[in-house]
Amino acid sequence: MENEAKLTAGAMTTFSIAVAALVVLPYIQVSDVQPPAGLKPYTSAELRGRDSYIANGCMYCHTQQPRDRSFAPDFERGWGRVSTPGDYYYDKPHLLGSMRTGPDLMNIGVRQPSVDWHLGHLYQPRAYVPDSIMPSYPYLFEVKDKAEEDEVIVRLPPKFAPPGKVVVARPEAVDLVKYLQSLDRSYPILPPDPQREQNTK
Amino acid sequence: MDSALLSLLAAFLLSLIGLLAFIWSLRKGLLFENPRAASTIFAPGEIGKADDPALDKDAAKRLQEAISASHQGEPQAEDPEEIEDRIAADRSSAFPVFMFIAFGCMWLILGATAGLVSSLKLHWPDWIVSDAWMTFGRMRTVHIIAVLYGWITNVELGIIVWLLPRLLRTPLKGPLWVMLGGSFINVGIASSIGAIGAGWSDGMEYLEIPWQIGLFIQAGMICIIGSVFYTLLHRKAHELYVSVWYHIAALLWITLLFTVAKLPGVHFGVQQAMTNWWYGHNVLGLWFTPVALGAIYYFLPKTIGRRVRSYNLSLLGFWTLAFFYAQVGGHHLVGGPVPGWLITLSIVQSMMMIIPVAAFSINMAGTMWGRMRLALYSPTLRFMMFGGFMYLLSSLQGSFESLRSIQQVAHFTHFTVAHAHLGAYGFVSMVLFGAVYFMMPRVLHWEWPYPKLISLHFWLASIGIMIYFVFLSWGGWLQGLAMLDATREFMESVRVTIPYLEWRSIGGGLMWLGHMVFVGHLLVMILRFGPNRTGEALFAPEKMKLEMMHGK
Repeated sequence: MENEAKLTAGAMTTFSIAVAALVVLPYIQVSDVQPPAGLKPYTSAELRGRDSYIANGCMYCHTQQPRDRSFAPDFERGWGRVSTPGDYYYDKPHLLGSMRTGPDLMNIGVRQPSVDWHLGHLYQPRAYVPDSIMPSYPYLFEVKDKAEEDEVIVRLPPKFAPPGKVVVARPEAVDLVKYLQSLDRSYPILPPDPQREQNTK
Repeated sequence: MDSALLSLLAAFLLSLIGLLAFIWSLRKGLLFENPRAASTIFAPGEIGKADDPALDKDAAKRLQEAISASHQGEPQAEDPEEIEDRIAADRSSAFPVFMFIAFGCMWLILGATAGLVSSLKLHWPDWIVSDAWMTFGRMRTVHIIAVLYGWITNVELGIIVWLLPRLLRTPLKGPLWVMLGGSFINVGIASSIGAIGAGWSDGMEYLEIPWQIGLFIQAGMICIIGSVFYTLLHRKAHELYVSVWYHIAALLWITLLFTVAKLPGVHFGVQQAMTNWWYGHNVLGLWFTPVALGAIYYFLPKTIGRRVRSYNLSLLGFWTLAFFYAQVGGHHLVGGPVPGWLITLSIVQSMMMIIPVAAFSINMAGTMWGRMRLALYSPTLRFMMFGGFMYLLSSLQGSFESLRSIQQVAHFTHFTVAHAHLGAYGFVSMVLFGAVYFMMPRVLHWEWPYPKLISLHFWLASIGIMIYFVFLSWGGWLQGLAMLDATREFMESVRVTIPYLEWRSIGGGLMWLGHMVFVGHLLVMILRFGPNRTGEALFAPEKMKLEMMHGK
């Protein structure tokens, strides 16, 4: 090959085919997705919590994409029904994740609604799950002699509570838990209308 | 037949026809070999001569003797004009190349340390957790950015900038632009690492760099591409060697990839996930891999003084890689909430990747045929051969790993992490090490002071990555099996991995030690400590010329 124009044109052609197939086509296909009726937009506290989730890299160990029952026992583990594009309507950026060092969190708000559990678990995961390898997040909390009036006190199992002190949650931790509690995609998804399916074939 | 399958089939057929027509238009007479094009990296008379600047005089002599023993015909006198061109080319690129390598090595130390710390954190979860920047989620991302964008990208740019003037027989045009570009890129990398540590991230794997910082990286790439194309248009060489195709194309691909994936405000929801993984796989398929392959295509034949076996096979390998690799990203979302046709398309193209991999491997095996034992003499060759073999292994593994049946177990586990390291370290980084060992004596006009350290580095790195890969794959597979079995509680899939994660830290520790040896050795060389290995060539151009003409 001795022609740089052919080289460049060829390299751009293969690249454009890939952009068309993997970026543009999916864009067109899912661009008219509507949010399901049961899905609420995030509140601003939840969005702040979501930013904490991203900043601390939670998505590197937790997915948010339960899969079909024919593929994996995600439903049997209580992680929820298979997810659909509409479930992610308000997600910017997407947090689908690629690792399950820890469990899927798509419906953690349903599975674990307790604020105390979440705060304590973030402070010291091994207080609730003995063999967990999740890091503890002491920097989301403060250990004090006495809590102020408007502060959120973390109720820990006695073995893990610092003696003579109280653990209070910083706002990041409180917001993060609000975000985790908001993760609920247990609303039903209507099956596609068989009449319409017939017509498009 | 449903429409998805039909459109898939049609796209597939169409693309194959287009590809064939394209190759045809490039080269009529595909059945004839083209030895002239395959030997453009040699000056006339240079075939059959050893070239490995990483060796001292005695070792180079032993390598030459080993080559002469198997080479038919006497080596002839070299063409002084071509050698002049090469010296001018090397001199024009020395400063930018040095800059890229130096930055790359700095990021390697940082990235490897962050990687080792992250690995340890996975089995010591309460170790150094007091501040936000130390947490696993940030430390791991610092590791990824520092090694992928800091180490691999810098050194690959260094290789491109060093090889291109040599291959085009033209001094690098606008080296200051290249250095300006390099500065932009490294400012971008440093800022990204700071941003991640402080918790500012775009939140998508491989695309964490905030797009505002990404602008620096894009500006840097444009400066470099400008200079590279200017050199290309002013070239003296007629034929473009295989390495040039890979390198030019890769520069354009990575810049466009990054731009498309980073477009702010365009991507949304699951579509963003698809773009994310299209980018995630392409950054290695269209950037790390082609540049490393281009490097093997140069350094391996150059070291042993024999031209690449088949020019047409390299042509086939290049265009099939360009076509198939760009479309494999979707397999990362298997089982996810994305259109099924996308995943199927990506799995098909992942399997098709066997073609370029086979073309490359057959070509390299043919080139090395009967000369494998030369790896005993030449460190560059040893790293290149190891890297080339790992390319074959990791690509074949990757093709099969994309299948739904395998992914059912391997998806979402450490198995994938092990595979990623086999590619990025076993293949790409090993090739980069070999290239640095070859290039630096030419860039600095100074020999490596302690050749034994090169061997030590090789063994630490290769044993380290093998321990890492074997144990992590094994642990990941067990993790996947445990997760797939609904009768076992989730925590079992965590417990089962612990011993393997510990082994991974041991392998990672060896790799880390290897990097310390490598960078320490480079520092000794740069600062000219250690035994005096060659004259101060910078102040004695005549002597340098002689060295370059006749080897050391």
